[in-house]
Amino acid sequence: MPAVEVENLRRLYGTREALGGITFTVSRREIFGLLGPNGGGKTTLFKILSTLMRPTSGNVRVFGHDLASESHAVRRRLGVVFQHPSLDPKLTVMENLQHHGHLYGLWGRALRSQAQALLNRLGLGDRVSDLVETLSGGLQRRTELAKALLHRPDLLLLDEPSTGLDPGARRDFDDYLDYLREQDGVTILLTTHILEEAERCDRVGILQQGKLVAVGAPDDLKEKIGGDVVVIHAQDPEGLQTKIRERFGCEVALVDGTLRMERPRGHEFVREVVDAFPGEVRSVTFGKPTLEDVFIHLTGHRFLSEGTAGGDGS
Amino acid sequence: MKDRVLPVATLLWREVVRFLRQRSRLVGAFAQPLVFWFLLGAGLSASFRPPGAPEGTRYVEYSYPGIIALVLLFTAIFATISTVEDRREGFLQGVLVAPVPRWSIVMGQALGGATLALLQGVLLLPLAPFAGISLTPLSLLSVVAVMSLVSFSLTSLGLMIAWRMDSIQGFHAIMNLILIPMWLLSGAFFPSSGVPPWLAWVMRLDPLTYGMAALRRCLYLETPAAVGKVPPLVPSLLITVAFCVLTFLVATVAARRSTA
Repeated sequence: MPAVEVENLRRLYGTREALGGITFTVSRREIFGLLGPNGGGKTTLFKILSTLMRPTSGNVRVFGHDLASESHAVRRRLGVVFQHPSLDPKLTVMENLQHHGHLYGLWGRALRSQAQALLNRLGLGDRVSDLVETLSGGLQRRTELAKALLHRPDLLLLDEPSTGLDPGARRDFDDYLDYLREQDGVTILLTTHILEEAERCDRVGILQQGKLVAVGAPDDLKEKIGGDVVVIHAQDPEGLQTKIRERFGCEVALVDGTLRMERPRGHEFVREVVDAFPGEVRSVTFGKPTLEDVFIHLTGHRFLSEGTAGGDGS
Repeated sequence: MKDRVLPVATLLWREVVRFLRQRSRLVGAFAQPLVFWFLLGAGLSASFRPPGAPEGTRYVEYSYPGIIALVLLFTAIFATISTVEDRREGFLQGVLVAPVPRWSIVMGQALGGATLALLQGVLLLPLAPFAGISLTPLSLLSVVAVMSLVSFSLTSLGLMIAWRMDSIQGFHAIMNLILIPMWLLSGAFFPSSGVPPWLAWVMRLDPLTYGMAALRRCLYLETPAAVGKVPPLVPSLLITVAFCVLTFLVATVAARRSTA
């Protein structure tokens, strides 16, 4: 039985369709990333999966439990790390964890020692009595994670987990997710708009305008493009686009004023283009496809073209 | 059973700890009504002659229970207004995804808010002699009991509104249009005797009127003659309890809807 089964999930806000019929599954012990620009439907999907919102139609099963009719059973097995902190800044680290434990029926000395052990493991052992508001952003994030793990969930949901983390802290965080999956067999589902973070997932679902445009391992998705991706900046992009099409008979996409094409042997192709149209090419880059190339290939848009810095969209 | 009680207790306890760590809230909900009381007492004492009360009841004395109700109201509002933000980007997010029935979340919040209101209200009781009211142990106990009921109903009323709102912008309008008039018309500020008949009817429909009446009856438990014309104790208590139950149920339904 898979950890998560999502079947034809739709969600409308009034008449606007935030999710338009989404289907995918997440296997046990998998790290699954939902990648997409803000406004793509990630937050809506996250709210539904974390039992905070009902879908307009469609089914979700978590470890075989129906999300709509057995939400209590689903909640027991769910650990959630929200994008906005869910810690009480006026309480200490330990107090936050204690309150959380009480909600899951844990209490007393057993709860305290379980919380202490988890905090030690996360390197927060000496900050247990500090007020959360006095911790740095990275440490608050780790406290948040400790809180979500306290009741030993089987499925961990993380909404934009690396927001506000510096690269070092982000790497630590990712390593810890790997550890959780290896040691505790936790299934991890996260949302992200950061390509590097998606690269680290076992499988990625790309969400664009409420539709899942691709699902697969990052390498498999890139494989589909095949060969190299060549990007050309030109004096006259439209003109050159036509000329390259006529001369080489290949598909040339114009994305944000640059020409993009997928070629089996990129280095040879670059030389041929530069020789064929001297003076017209301003600069050329080529390389193995990235998830960004996959995204462009599937949607015709650059990943970060629509003002995607910050904000949480819906 | 443990699964039901523990969440209620932990949410209640959290409210109290937070409150004690935020001194400004304590001062805000307490100082403002006191200033009101002092100014109203000084300004209205010459013109105020409550009908039906013994000669010489001063406005400071008449408005004392009203000021207690105002402290309860303000504290209940402050305690519930945080719910709006808290569930969008705060501690409540985590509570809502936990395997906890919605009613016990609302119960924890309502008891927490009511406890804070009660704490603030009790701080006013030592001022009773300044109002010319002498409390006996029995009347003190009954006053605290009534204050608990009124606190719980006002907190649940606040939650009923807060769980329906997406932002705190609209809360001020509701406070000025509903909550403050509810207090004004409860007999806290002026007695119903001597007002036009239509206003007397509005006052009779105000659920807080009966909380106020019960409070007055208990303050003068052993000198009933001094209380003036207010509804009798037992019906007032029953209506106040009914108001508690109703607001709590509606708040629970609102909490259920908001996460659906």
